[in-house]
Amino acid sequence: MCGIVGLYLKNEALFGQLGALFKPMLVSMTSRGPDSAGVAIYRDPVGDGETKFSLAHDDLSHDWALLATALGEALHARARVTQRDTTALLVTDADESAVRRWLIDEAPGVRLVGSGHSVEIYKETGLPEDVYRRFDLEGAQGRHMIGHTRMATESAVTTAGSHPFATGADLCLVHNGSLSNHNRLREELKRRGVTFGSENDSEVAAAYLTWKLRNGVPLAQALEHALQDLDGFFTFCVGTADGFAVLRDPIACKHAVLAETDDWVAMATEYRAIATLPGSEGARIWEPKPATVYSWGAGGLDVGSVDVPPVTVRPATERAAAGGVH
Amino acid sequence: MNTSPAAGSGEAVSANTLDLQALGLRDVNRTLHGACAKAATGGNETHWSVTNPMGQHAIACGLDQELNVEIRGHVGFYCAGMNQHAEVTVHGHAGVGVAENMMSGTVRIKGNASQSAGATGHGGLLVIEGDASSRCGISMKGIDIVVGGSVGHMSGFMAQIGHLVICGDAGEALGDSIYEAKLYVRGSVESLGADCIEKPMTEAHLATLADLLQRAGMDIDPGEFRRYGSARQLYHFDIDKASAY
Repeated sequence: MCGIVGLYLKNEALFGQLGALFKPMLVSMTSRGPDSAGVAIYRDPVGDGETKFSLAHDDLSHDWALLATALGEALHARARVTQRDTTALLVTDADESAVRRWLIDEAPGVRLVGSGHSVEIYKETGLPEDVYRRFDLEGAQGRHMIGHTRMATESAVTTAGSHPFATGADLCLVHNGSLSNHNRLREELKRRGVTFGSENDSEVAAAYLTWKLRNGVPLAQALEHALQDLDGFFTFCVGTADGFAVLRDPIACKHAVLAETDDWVAMATEYRAIATLPGSEGARIWEPKPATVYSWGAGGLDVGSVDVPPVTVRPATERAAAGGVH
Repeated sequence: MNTSPAAGSGEAVSANTLDLQALGLRDVNRTLHGACAKAATGGNETHWSVTNPMGQHAIACGLDQELNVEIRGHVGFYCAGMNQHAEVTVHGHAGVGVAENMMSGTVRIKGNASQSAGATGHGGLLVIEGDASSRCGISMKGIDIVVGGSVGHMSGFMAQIGHLVICGDAGEALGDSIYEAKLYVRGSVESLGADCIEKPMTEAHLATLADLLQRAGMDIDPGEFRRYGSARQLYHFDIDKASAY
């Protein structure tokens, strides 16, 4: 099962209501994923030279201020931190990779969940409504969010196994479906130096995209490559600094629906997640085609603006018949 | 019972209007099933309107009398499943598996339908005025389906009996592993599935198609369609023994 949702506001007048509009979308998908939930929200971009890290620790009383002070002293950098439940946002002007290394060496028990200029990732086990409340997201302001409700199938119900999974700076992935070649792919990626925080199959998809992006492949192409290299069922929603992208596998048996009005673009596993948005009855509503990348606010996809038509790739069956490597 | 105006409808609201958002799915379906029970013993409350469906699943499932149900808005999965005798109209789009396993009656979708529309249907008429997504008519067993627009990949997969009329285009692998259902396509076919071939259109086929189009309310010349069906190489079918099946 699992439910995924995404909301991108085109009308700036609605930015103040992002968290309130998104809440019923996520909560409506509880029946598809009652064991964990998570969101990525893009807001409050940090200054030039700064990076925002989403960090998590199972202990609610973890001393985040101490961590920020120690990190600042060790890396000769400024660092500030704010805590929301089990997650803390660390903003620092230290080198991004130096922070990663320092966290691994000096902060055992702290999970690095995501990083970038504006992305914040919050996820926990529990009912979606409870998770949403714990991270105080109802009043959240911003332009776009993506979210996930999880019914675990391939790995344990843990916070680390919850979605979204980061795939790079300001990039993250939510997944509905299951991958069948994730063990082999995980081993291949490990050999290439990619590290993993769980046994989750979706994390492998995120790591795959991370690895492609790290090697200079633009996101749109990385998603096309994923159609060839990932075996299994998937509908992905990828959050970017400027919007989100949607991709379904060539068989397309994991549900997905897209809707657009003059005010917003929404994606969801089921239409009922979209039905609560203002103007949904009159929205343009359609089902995304298999093996086709759709994107909005597409700066992060390197394919231009919102008005650019979707990048279409041929279905895998056709490519196989042609015998070509795409 | 709630008499709030129907979303997106300028028509007057009858006394038999059920606001799904206010009543909840179970109450709406319980009321419709109650109306079926009454209709079976001569009751005359047979016209119903459901407002604010909000994309909920399994609306108006399992109706078994000649009810007339108008659903004003978009519905979720499995709407009007297992329908017998009733006429259900959705003034909006439909989610996965609309009219799944329908036995008789008519289900009409004014908008588009998602995957597996009319799956395993045994009878009746399903009309989708817009497009249908993948696997439309999968394993159909006697249902007639008329799609005003196009259908997605793997439509008519393992289709056994009945007619699938596609006024637009068909996606990849149309009629894969098809048995004896008849497929009519007006537009292009992206590709045919295993054991599905084009077949000649006879006067009898044209007459059947004309009747289906007329009943579906599609004003289109049957002569614009091509017919597809089984090559009968994939399953153990012997035309000389057809009467024995």
